[in-house]
Amino acid sequence: MQQNKDVILKLRDLKAHFPVKAGVFKRTVGHVKAVDGVDLDIYRGEVLGVVGESGCGKTTLGKAILRLVESSEGQVIYCSDDEQRDLTTLDNEGMVPYRKKLQIVFQDPHSSLNPAFTIFGSLEDPLKKYGVKSRAERRKIIGDLLEAVNMRPEYMDRYPHEFSGGQRQRIGIARALSIGPELIVCDEAVSALDVSIQAQVLQLLMKLKQEKNLTYVFITHDLSVTEYICDRIAVMYLGRVVELCDSEELYNHTLHPYTRALLSAVPVADLDKQTDRIVLEGDVPSPVNPPSGCPFHPRCQSAIERCKTDVPKLKRYEVDGRDHFASCHLVDLPEAV
Amino acid sequence: MSVTHDSGRKKNHLDRQFDLIRRREEAGELSNPKGYRFARKFLSNRLAAFGLVVFTLIVLVSVLAPLLTPYNPRAIDLRNILKPPTWEHWFGTDKVGRDLFTRVLYGGQISILVGLGSALASAVVGVLVGCYTGYVGGWRDALAMRVSEIFMSFPQIILVLLLVAILGQSLSNLIIIFILTGWGGIYRLARARMLSLREEEYVQALRSFGLSTPIICYKHILPNALGPIMVNITLSTAAFILAEAGLSFLGLGVPLDIPTWGNILNVAQDLRILENNWWVWLPVGIVISLFVLSVNFIGDGLRDATDPTQQG
Ligand SMILES: Nc1ncnc2c1ncn2[C@@H]1O[C@H](COP(=O)(O)OP(=O)(O)OP(=O)(O)O)[C@@H](O)[C@H]1O
Ligand SMILES: [Mg+2]
Repeated sequence: MQQNKDVILKLRDLKAHFPVKAGVFKRTVGHVKAVDGVDLDIYRGEVLGVVGESGCGKTTLGKAILRLVESSEGQVIYCSDDEQRDLTTLDNEGMVPYRKKLQIVFQDPHSSLNPAFTIFGSLEDPLKKYGVKSRAERRKIIGDLLEAVNMRPEYMDRYPHEFSGGQRQRIGIARALSIGPELIVCDEAVSALDVSIQAQVLQLLMKLKQEKNLTYVFITHDLSVTEYICDRIAVMYLGRVVELCDSEELYNHTLHPYTRALLSAVPVADLDKQTDRIVLEGDVPSPVNPPSGCPFHPRCQSAIERCKTDVPKLKRYEVDGRDHFASCHLVDLPEAV
Repeated sequence: MSVTHDSGRKKNHLDRQFDLIRRREEAGELSNPKGYRFARKFLSNRLAAFGLVVFTLIVLVSVLAPLLTPYNPRAIDLRNILKPPTWEHWFGTDKVGRDLFTRVLYGGQISILVGLGSALASAVVGVLVGCYTGYVGGWRDALAMRVSEIFMSFPQIILVLLLVAILGQSLSNLIIIFILTGWGGIYRLARARMLSLREEEYVQALRSFGLSTPIICYKHILPNALGPIMVNITLSTAAFILAEAGLSFLGLGVPLDIPTWGNILNVAQDLRILENNWWVWLPVGIVISLFVLSVNFIGDGLRDATDPTQQG
C-alpha cells in the first residue's frame, strides 16, 4: 500500500563519520559514527518522526540531508516528477536549486537568530539570493511570513533579544518557510519550550503543513510529542534506524526491544495502561567503537548468543497489510517479500 | 475584613500596573535600543570617560597644531638653543633652537597616525584573514595559522633592521613593519571568535539557504565578534605608539627630520641633555604616557561595555 506513495527523498546507506583526532600531531585515531548506514524513504506530505536517545545521531542525520554536514558515504536522492538527483554528488552551485526545497528549523531558540540583526535583516538575504530584488517586496514577504506564524508584521524591525523563546521559534519557522520549501527538517523544534507553548507551536506546524503541502522530518527525543503529529516513526540507535513503521503501529505492535524500552519510559496518563517500566541499563555505547553484532545487545534484556556476533539487518515485515521495518533477531514474524 | 479588602485592592493595583507594562512592552516602548545601553555603560565607567576626554584633547590639539602655535616645527633658531620653558616657548627649545611645544603637537600628528593607522590596517588584514579561514577551516585555516606563527615569532627589531637595511628608513616602511608584525594578534582573536560563532544555529540556517561564504562570515557573523576586536584595536594602537617611540629613540623608526614623539625623545640619548635639560624629554614623555594610558582606559571601557556576561 505504501509502495504507491509518492517518495520525496530517499536515503540510501547514508553515513556521516567524524574523524577523532588525538595527540600532538592530530592523527586520526578513529571515527565517530554519528550516522552509520541509514536507509529511509520519506514520502511526500507525511510527518516522519525520528526518535532516539541523545547522541544517537538524529541531528547529524538531519544536517546530512541538507548537506550541512558532509556525508562520508551513501546517497540522499531527491525525487520529483521529472527527476531523481543524488544530492551528495552536487557541488555548492549545483545544490542551489535543492536548497530551495529543503529547509531546517533548529532546537535552540537562543542561538537560532542572529543577535546583531533585526528579524528583517536576518531574513532578507535568503530572499535576495532567490531573486526577490526590491526591498519593498522583501518587506512584504517577511511581513506575510510573520503573519503566517501568528506574529505581527511590525515585529520584523525588532531584535531577537526582544522576543520570548516561543516567539523566536516561530520566527525560525517563518525563516524556514521563506523560500517555499517542500520538506522541512524540524530538529527538536519544540523541545526547548514550555509544554503549553509546545502545543501552540505544534499546532502552528500542522496548520502550515496543511496550507503549504509540506513534508516534515520531525526529530525529537520526546515520544509523547511524536504520537500526536507523526504519521510514521523511525527509531534510531547508534546512528542506525532500528525500527520504522506507522506511528500507531509502533505503539501497538512494538517489535524492537529498544523501542519497547523507550516507550515504557513515556509517562502514561491512563493508569490501567501503565505497564512495567523497562529501565535501560548502562550508557549509550560510544559511537566510536560500537559493540559487535547488534549495537543494542549489551543493554538488551532478551539478547541471545547470536545478537553478540551477527549484525541484524533492517527487515521488512507486514503487519495487517502494512509495512513494519525492524532490525532484531528476535522478531518471529515472516519477512515480507 | 478590611485586610482582605485592602489586599484585594493592592492586587488590583498591581494588575493594572502589570497591564500597563505589558501594553508598553507590546508597543515596543520598553525595549531600549542596544546602542543606548552601550553608551551608558561606557560612560558610567569613569576611567573610560577620562580616557576618551584626554584622547580627544590630544588628537584635537595635534590636528589643530597650525592654529595653536606660530612656530614651524622644523625652523632652526640658533640664538635660542636649549632654552628652558618660557612664555614664548612653553616647553622650551631643543639643541638647534626648535620650539618643543610645536614639535610635540606636530609630532603627535605623525605618532598618532603611525599608531592608529598601523592598528587599523593590521586589524583589517587580521580580521579579513581570520574571519574567513576560521569559518571555512580545513587547510586554509592551518595555512593561515602557520603563516601568522612565523610572523609573530619573528622579532620585530630584527625585521626593522632588515627593512631599514634593504629599503631604507621611511614612515611607510615603519607602518608596513608594524602591520606585518601586528596582524597576527587580531587574526588569532578573530579566528577564535569565528570558531565558536560558526557553530551557532543561525549560521547553520544561513548555510542551509546556500548563501555565499563571504556574506555569511563577513556580513552575518563578524558583527558578533566586533566587540573584542575593537578592544584589541585600541590596545594595539597604544602598543604601536610605544613601539614607534622606542624605535625612533634608537634612531630606527621614522626618519629623524620628521618630528614624532619618538624622534623628540631621541635627543635624550645624549647624557648631558638627559641630566641638564629635562624640558627636552619630560613633557613629551608625559604626553606619550598620557596618550597611551587614555587609549588603554578606552580599551578597558570598551571591553566592559561589550562584554555580554555583564548585563545591565
Ligand atoms: N561536528 C562533529 N564532530 C565530531 N563529532 C560530532 C559532531 N557532531 C556530532 N558529533 C557526534 O556525533 C554523535 C551524534 O550527535 P548528534 O548531535 O547527531 O546526536 P543527537 O541524536 O542529535 O543528540 P541530541 O538528542 O543530544 O541532540 C554524538 O556522539 C556527537 O558527539
Ligand atoms: Mg540533536
